[in-house]
Amino acid sequence: MELFTNQVLAGIATGAIYACMALAVVMIYQAIDHLNFAQGEMAMFSTFISWQLMQWGVPYWAAFVITLALSFVGGIAIERILFKPLAKAPILTNVAGFIALFAIINSSAGLIWDFTIKQYPTPFGSAPFLGSQLISTHQAGMIGVTVLLLLGLYFFFQYTRIGLAMRAAASVPESARLVGINTSWMIALGWGMATAIGAIAGMLIAPVVFLEPNMMGGVLIYGFAAAVLGGLTSPFGAVVGGFLVGIFENLAGTYIPGVGNELKLPIALALIISVLVVKPAGLFGRHIVKRV
Amino acid sequence: MTTLLNVKDLRAYYGQVQALHGLSFSLSEGSLVTLLGANGAGKTTTLRAICNMVRSTGGIEFDGKPLNNRSTESIVRFGIAHVPQGRGTFTTMTVEENLQLGAITRKDNAGIVSDIERMYAHFPVLKQRHTQQAGTLSGGEQQMLAVARALMLRPRLMLLDEPSFGLAPLVVRDLFGILGKINREDKVSILVVEQNAQLALELADQAYVIETGRIVMSGNAKDIANNEEIRKSYLGY
Repeated sequence: MELFTNQVLAGIATGAIYACMALAVVMIYQAIDHLNFAQGEMAMFSTFISWQLMQWGVPYWAAFVITLALSFVGGIAIERILFKPLAKAPILTNVAGFIALFAIINSSAGLIWDFTIKQYPTPFGSAPFLGSQLISTHQAGMIGVTVLLLLGLYFFFQYTRIGLAMRAAASVPESARLVGINTSWMIALGWGMATAIGAIAGMLIAPVVFLEPNMMGGVLIYGFAAAVLGGLTSPFGAVVGGFLVGIFENLAGTYIPGVGNELKLPIALALIISVLVVKPAGLFGRHIVKRV
Repeated sequence: MTTLLNVKDLRAYYGQVQALHGLSFSLSEGSLVTLLGANGAGKTTTLRAICNMVRSTGGIEFDGKPLNNRSTESIVRFGIAHVPQGRGTFTTMTVEENLQLGAITRKDNAGIVSDIERMYAHFPVLKQRHTQQAGTLSGGEQQMLAVARALMLRPRLMLLDEPSFGLAPLVVRDLFGILGKINREDKVSILVVEQNAQLALELADQAYVIETGRIVMSGNAKDIANNEEIRKSYLGY
């Protein structure tokens, strides 16, 4: 039983990171109807920036906040420079844009910081959490930060005018313009926020997977899986999907004979495919039905 | 009466296709004007051109200021509320959120709150359903919501694109009654595009008839309604 609880809690901790990545993916998907393949690389680059700041002697939380601000601005810049001009281009052009962005960020990080694996600090420490062997303080910190982030985002989208405007711009762009919302800037703002959310995920997972240019590859696949599982049209679903994928991944690795660490990923993806066969829009996604 | 909206030699294009061929008309402050015409005549395009949602040339002046080359969202800030064809409802949001969105460019929070109450007084059914997702409302209720959302801007001019479309005759009567009241009591000028010519002419002060992108007839709404020849040849009733 202790093993089970332990694996579930560890699953919730990594699931928190998948939830963040899934949320970032869904936010951009809602805004521009495309999956951002470079979301993980953007998060990786943000994490390197925070690492560099700490190398220069900036304390952890100051580096954390500065990185969030830089990521926010960087995300807006990427949208303005690369994807705004592509807004009316065909899907494949956009896909090419995302792949290019992926390659550019990945190689730039390798060029600037090289491909060797680096240690990344945790502000929470790695002692047992509250004296219990079930979960470490870093894992508890990952969960805590994610929960705070999710509550903050919920409040932002539900109770602020700018959050309302962003939701409106994502759901019916033409009507949003007709009530005076600058939808183009709402998309840019979505990119900024998604990039900052990705940065949080990167900085929280880096002490676990270590810092290197390819660190987010696996994480992003789980994040995509979580987003698809929860439903690409539902931010709430993406978050739930993230936690579910995290827990399932751990339990499958522990309890299904022969799975172990190597087969965790395919098993998780197989589960997702089975869910999608039954519910193609994802667990919480909605088929868009229009009244004529 | 002063001229609020003045459209001169308006030409609009969808890609290579020209939809409006030099259309001119005007609307005085406080009046209710209707644009009539058959399907494809260019009524909707005219409204879309005013809000710069379609490529156009020619002069569009609102209260003496040119609107050309301004973005749709900045034109709203002049006090022009456009209720598009199909109502433009934010279907996944609640009725109340739809109303708040109508006032998203305003900063006076107290005024917005009191205006939402005012809309509920105008349209009691919206109050009953204020927490409901707007997409679950009936067609008539959604049209009420669309008009209410537009009024939340406290507009000087409201553009309505076929408000009667798809509604039961009784609901249309109701809605047109409310539009007349808004025009008279709240002093909102209204430009309404309609296929239901009979009803629109009862409501309007002034009417223009469009055919294939040109104005072919204009005048006092009563005179046009009483002129059998015009009615038969252009309005089909």
